[in-house]
Amino acid sequence: MERTGNAAKIYLTLIFIILYAPILYLIFYSFNSGGSMNNFESFTWEHYSAVFSDTRLIMILINTVIVALLSALIATIIGVFGSIGIVYMRNKSIRNSLLSLNNVLIVSPDVVIGASFLILFTMIGVKLGFASVLISHIAFSIPIVVLMVLPKLQEMNSSLIDAAADLGATKGEILRRVIIPFIKPGIFAGFFMALTYSLDDFAVTFFVTGNGFSTLSVEIYSMARAGITLTINALSGIIFIVTLLLVVGYYFISQRGKNPVGMGVRK
Amino acid sequence: MQTKNTKTFYLIPYFAWILLFVIAPIALIAYYSLFDLSGNFTLDNYKNFFTSIYLKLTISSFWYAFLITVFSLIVAYPTAYLLTKTKHKQLWLLLIIIPSWINLLLKTYAFIGIFGLYGPINAFLNVFGFGETQILFTDFSFIFVSVYIFIPFMILPIFNALDKLNPSLIDASRDLGASSWTTFTKVIFPLTTNGVKAGIQAVFIPSLSLFMITRLIAGNKVITLGTAIEQQFLVTQNWGMGSTIAVFLIIFMIIVMIITGQRDKGATSNGKNW
Repeated sequence: MERTGNAAKIYLTLIFIILYAPILYLIFYSFNSGGSMNNFESFTWEHYSAVFSDTRLIMILINTVIVALLSALIATIIGVFGSIGIVYMRNKSIRNSLLSLNNVLIVSPDVVIGASFLILFTMIGVKLGFASVLISHIAFSIPIVVLMVLPKLQEMNSSLIDAAADLGATKGEILRRVIIPFIKPGIFAGFFMALTYSLDDFAVTFFVTGNGFSTLSVEIYSMARAGITLTINALSGIIFIVTLLLVVGYYFISQRGKNPVGMGVRK
Repeated sequence: MQTKNTKTFYLIPYFAWILLFVIAPIALIAYYSLFDLSGNFTLDNYKNFFTSIYLKLTISSFWYAFLITVFSLIVAYPTAYLLTKTKHKQLWLLLIIIPSWINLLLKTYAFIGIFGLYGPINAFLNVFGFGETQILFTDFSFIFVSVYIFIPFMILPIFNALDKLNPSLIDASRDLGASSWTTFTKVIFPLTTNGVKAGIQAVFIPSLSLFMITRLIAGNKVITLGTAIEQQFLVTQNWGMGSTIAVFLIIFMIIVMIITGQRDKGATSNGKNW
């Protein structure tokens, strides 16, 4: 390490520059009055005020946040109960096949998930729009919640439950006062991951969203296809700040629950 | 401990989810792949897949995915290695991960500006006397942006594998007279292959199915399996053909997972898989 010290530092610095440059580049030009992503003319907030005065964009932002919060909440509830069910399942082979099925949506390419959900919704007659997007987001978030909650459940000493039962706790009480408090960090981490997956999803939403409904990712895509608009840059500035806050929040949650930070990386 | 009733009560929504959103979609994809545009049962879609158009597309898609994976690995391995040598390595790792949390679309959009005709890269090239060159809509830009997007997913598993490596093994190798290179090829790399495999899995499969980056950065010049599926489903509305390509994508995915699967845990790794 001493010998390669400087080269190593230069290499790592270069990697960090490359990783952050595009993001900072976007944010830098969000303050450009010139209207393009080159030739910085003068400082302006106009693109930010453009974001906030564009009611359509604000509606899309609100939609995106509502879908993310709702889908994360519902996915967390289903996922937590699912993992409790899986952990206390006696039959090992059923348990293992449930776990494999659980991971199918995590490893499947987004395009395949999107296309197959599109077929499913058309077949059972769900109108494409808010409902289909929300249901899809719940669907692809559930396995992530399960993956975050399961290790916590496996860590739990089953004598805790026996003790509670011996002391006369009902099943509901055991769940509410023993299991849930113990796996809380896993639940928070799962909710959080589901939230970020939903906020970041593009491919699946792109397939199942109808004409009337749009989320931020899909909207940015159609804006970007039309060319460069500094409104997107302003949006990215806002999103960057929000993401940083979320990351810091997640970092503290995972530190408290001692989950490895690395679990936070996206698919 | 738990009676049958409570067990099923917990599992009803979860089972419903597995049935409706895991099993049913795959079955539907397989089912739809057997119908043509006018809804007749046929194997034509499969026959079509083996014509030169789709075979070429599949091969080029694999080639791009291969290149993206190789370049990601070349950049990511040294990065992961050097990260494990830093003080506060968890913090540095977090800093590597943060960009992966920024919306994918925004990162891709940034490159439209960066690689643009009047963007900073062209300005930089101009200093050295190159004229304005079209960087956007080339293979280079497509691969560069994809590698940029996927790098954190390659770094993370390799970092974890390296982090678990017992440092006394490296010391032992040095003490026995191995050079740094020998130590790397005979000790460090073989012991971290599980991390590398996990990284390859995390990069190769999504690379096969990219469609947003191909549209925005490669300007429809690069067609991957993902682009083809999107095209069939949303543009030409030929769900049968789209489903057929999706069936093959799923098959390729399973093959990649088998190849990069980690059955030989005990033999190649001295630690747990992440």
